[in-house]
Amino acid sequence: MTDGDRARESVIEARGLTKRFGELEAVKGIDLDVRRGEIFGFLGPNGAGKSTTINILCTLMRPTAGSASVAGFDVDRHPSEVRARIGLVFQDPSLDAQLTARENLEFHAFVYSVPAAERASRIGEVLEMVELTDRANSMVMTFSGGMKRRLEIARGMLHTPEVLFLDEPTIGLDPQTRRHIWGYLRGLRDTAGVTLFMTTHYMDEAEECDRIAIIDGGRIVALGTPSELKALVGGDVVTIATADNVIAAAEIQQLFQVEPLVDDGSLRVEVPDAAGFIPRLVRETTVEVRSVSFHRPSLDDVFLKLTGHAIRDEGAGANDMMRMFGRAWGGRR
Amino acid sequence: MTTDRGAITTARPTTHGLRSSVGGTLRAIYIVWYRDILRFWRDRARILASLAQPLLFLVIFGTGLSSSLGGGAFAAGGGSFSYVQFVYPGIIGMAVLFSAIFGAMSIVWDREFGFLKEILVAPIDRSAVAIGKALGGATQAMIQGLILLILAPLVGVTLSVPSVLLLLPFAFVLAFALSSLGVAIGSRMRSMQGFQIVMNFLMMPMFFLSGALFPLTGLPDWMTILTRLDPASYGMDPLRRIVLSASLPSGATDAFGMTLFGQVLPIGLEAMILLGFGGVMLGVAIVNFRHRD
Repeated sequence: MTDGDRARESVIEARGLTKRFGELEAVKGIDLDVRRGEIFGFLGPNGAGKSTTINILCTLMRPTAGSASVAGFDVDRHPSEVRARIGLVFQDPSLDAQLTARENLEFHAFVYSVPAAERASRIGEVLEMVELTDRANSMVMTFSGGMKRRLEIARGMLHTPEVLFLDEPTIGLDPQTRRHIWGYLRGLRDTAGVTLFMTTHYMDEAEECDRIAIIDGGRIVALGTPSELKALVGGDVVTIATADNVIAAAEIQQLFQVEPLVDDGSLRVEVPDAAGFIPRLVRETTVEVRSVSFHRPSLDDVFLKLTGHAIRDEGAGANDMMRMFGRAWGGRR
Repeated sequence: MTTDRGAITTARPTTHGLRSSVGGTLRAIYIVWYRDILRFWRDRARILASLAQPLLFLVIFGTGLSSSLGGGAFAAGGGSFSYVQFVYPGIIGMAVLFSAIFGAMSIVWDREFGFLKEILVAPIDRSAVAIGKALGGATQAMIQGLILLILAPLVGVTLSVPSVLLLLPFAFVLAFALSSLGVAIGSRMRSMQGFQIVMNFLMMPMFFLSGALFPLTGLPDWMTILTRLDPASYGMDPLRRIVLSASLPSGATDAFGMTLFGQVLPIGLEAMILLGFGGVMLGVAIVNFRHRD
C-alpha cells in the first residue's frame, strides 16, 4: 500500500505513541491504524491506558513520545484542526444540567462554528436521531442517565465529525439502555458513515465492533476482528472442576499435551474438539471429575489467554478513587 | 498485523483560517458569556438572596457603627455625611467584589460537573474560555452591585444621572478586574475544596483592606501598604467618590480620595491600574487554560 492509499484509508494513525506521568508509563508505544467508517473498539481493564490514549487522540493530552494523526492532522501540532473534525462522548457526564437539551446543543453549535443558517436544522436532526425531540426544551437535570448519554451522542454528532470518540459510552447504564445506545451507534456508522472509536471493558460490547485492539498494561497485545481474535484461542474452551485440581492438571498435561490454566478453583483447557475430549477426560483421569462444561471461545478467553488475567472490575473501586483523587488534586490539564 | 514505524503523513491546516478563527473566538466568547448570564438570570431567587448580606451590612452594621460614633458625621470640604452614607458605596463595592470572584470561579463547578471538558475540547482558542468567563462574572457582578443603587434614598444619598452614568464604567472595571482574578484562580483549582481557603485568605482580606468599611487615611504604615496592594482599593475609591459626588459640594470628594505617595489619585488612573491588574490576571488564566498535559 502506498502512502497515499493509507492516508485515504486510515482516519486515525498512531506510531509509537507513549505517555508518561512522572514515573508511571501509562501508554507504552502504541501503533494503530483505524480505517474510515469502522467501529473500532479499544478493549482493556481499568488502568490499562485506554483513556490516556483516547485523551491524546482527542488532543486533551500531549504524547510524551511518538505521534498520532486524526482525520489527517497531527494531534500535537494542529489540535484545533483535529478538534473541529472529531466528536466526543466522555466517560463522565459533561452536560450543563441547568440548561435545556436544546441550549446544550446550541452552545455546542456556537463553539464548533456550525453556520447560523444550519444550526436549528442540525439540532433538530440530532435530537430526532436519539429520539429526544419531545424533550428538547426540558432541563437536562430532569433526564435519566440513558437520556443524558443519548444527548451527549447527539451533541458529539452535531458538527458532523469524521470520527466520534466514545470513552466507555455505556458505563453505568442498564443492559436495555446499553442495547438502545448501541442501536444508535450502529445507525450512525451506517447512515452518516462516521468512524467510531470507542473504549470499553464490556466484552459483549467489544463483540459489536468491526475490529478490536486489546490493550493491557499500556500495550496493544492483539488487534483484529472479534472472530480473528477468537481464533487465537485454539478451538473450544473446557472448564473442569475435579476433586484435586493439581493432580488432574498434571494428568491432563500428560494425556493431552495441553497445559491447563487454574482459574477460580477450576481448570481451563483449550482443545480443538471438546466433544471428543470430554469423554476421554472422564474415562482416563484418576481423580473424580465433578463438573465439565465447554463453550466456543469468547473475547474473555482471548483476553485471559493473552494477558494471563481476566478482564474484571476488581480494581475498579481503587481506580475510581484514584480518578476522583486525580480530578481533585491532579496537575494542570 | 504489520507494524509500520514510518512517519505519519499529515495535512497542514488551511490558511483561510485566520479570519474565521477570530470570528470563531468572538463567537465562543459570546456563548461562554451568554451561558453564564442565562444561568444567572434563571436563578433569580439567588440574585435576591444575595442582596441579604449587603442589606445586613448597611442596615445593621452601618446604623450600629453610625450610632456608636455618636451619629458621627464625616466632614469633607464644606459638606458632611454620616457613616451609613460613607459605607453605602463600600457595600456596593462589596457586592461587586464577591459576586465577581464567585461568578468567575463557577469555572471550578464547571470542571467538577464535567461541562468544562466540553469547552476545552472545542476547536476554539482557549483564551475565549478565560475571556468569556471573566466577562460573564463581571456582568453578573455589575448587575448585583447596581441593583443596590435603588437603596440610595433609604440611606439619604442623592444620585444624579451623570453620576450613575459615570458609575457604570467604573463598576465594570472593578468587576472585570476581580472576575479576571477569579478566573485565574479557577483555572488552577481542581475542586471546590480550595474554595474556603480562597474565601478566607483572599476575598475577606481584600474586602477589609479595600476601604469599603473605613477611610484608608491615617492608618498605621503596615496597613497603609497592604491597602495600597489590594486591587479592590482602586475600585472602591472611585465608586465612593462618584456615588457621593451629587450629595457633596464639588471637589469635596477629593478630601477622602485614596492617596499614593501623598497624592490623591485621579479616578481615571485608578481605573487604569485595575484594568492592568485584570489584564495580567486574564493572561495568567489564558496561559493556564492553554496548557495541555
